[in-house]
Amino acid sequence: MVGADRPLHERTPGVEAEESRANVLSYTVGFGLAVILTVMSFVVAQTNLLWEPGIPVGLVVLAFAQIGVHLVFFLHMGSGSDNTNNIIALTYGVWIVFLVIAGSCWIMFNLYANMM
Amino acid sequence: MTAVTTADRGPAPLAAAEGPAPTRTVVAYGFWIFLLSDIIMFSGLFAAYSVLWRNTAGGPDGRELFDLRNVFIETACLLLSSYTCGLAALSAEHRQIGRFFVLEAITFLLGAAFLLIEISEFAGMVAKGAGPSRSAFLSAFFTLVGTHGAHVTSGLLWLIYLVAQVAAKGLRPPVLRRLLCFSLFWHALDIIWVGVFTLVYLMGAR
Repeated sequence: MVGADRPLHERTPGVEAEESRANVLSYTVGFGLAVILTVMSFVVAQTNLLWEPGIPVGLVVLAFAQIGVHLVFFLHMGSGSDNTNNIIALTYGVWIVFLVIAGSCWIMFNLYANMM
Repeated sequence: MTAVTTADRGPAPLAAAEGPAPTRTVVAYGFWIFLLSDIIMFSGLFAAYSVLWRNTAGGPDGRELFDLRNVFIETACLLLSSYTCGLAALSAEHRQIGRFFVLEAITFLLGAAFLLIEISEFAGMVAKGAGPSRSAFLSAFFTLVGTHGAHVTSGLLWLIYLVAQVAAKGLRPPVLRRLLCFSLFWHALDIIWVGVFTLVYLMGAR
């Protein structure tokens, strides 16, 4: 008795058809959005389109938007049921990244300010 | 003692209602955990750069050193190679082996072009006396951007190895799973590059 003949909870992993949800259209849409966001970043950084002190904020927003586009269209972080674990791990990863970067900046800029 | 049969156990637990996940899903999950740990390592380098980028020790800063035209070409190469890598993964799934080889060759050439531009940028900076030992800003810069470049280099070597494997063994399920991992790796490198060109180049060149 192999693979699909077994009761569901005794099946060997890997016997199902190996299909992914990706297609040419989703990659092309993702690529188009990424190009638009990249060009916007370079334009915003080199012109006065945005209010001067707001440019770093605008760049960060554009970067996060592009990372989101890459995750959804290239890495297929969709809402499918087999994606739940990937999303949970990603959420935890984002949390650690935030702690490391924001924590370092918070502590070190305080230190610089107090050493002036 | 009676023999325990499947029927005696009653209904399967809820989580197992659909049976074990396909190997493809399990492999992708494991590799995703590795990629997240890699991204967390990069977050340390990003943190070091954000803390140190003003500490130029009287040496050159980003405004003098960065050429945004080069950075734009690098970004275009990497983004386009991410796209062709995704299309190559699709043609592998659809068993279009000729298309697969062409797309992976384009992916490799674009990745190599990215790397060449980066190496010539580094060489130019070192020649100008702005090497990694010049200031804390430059140490952080070379560590962050260099680590990304090292990842791209290992990705290119991995790609050669995988394409050779496809040529030798054909598109078997284990080979397809390795290709899936490579695609995830290559797309993740592009995500890290988005952080690099935004934080290092676009903000540093202003």
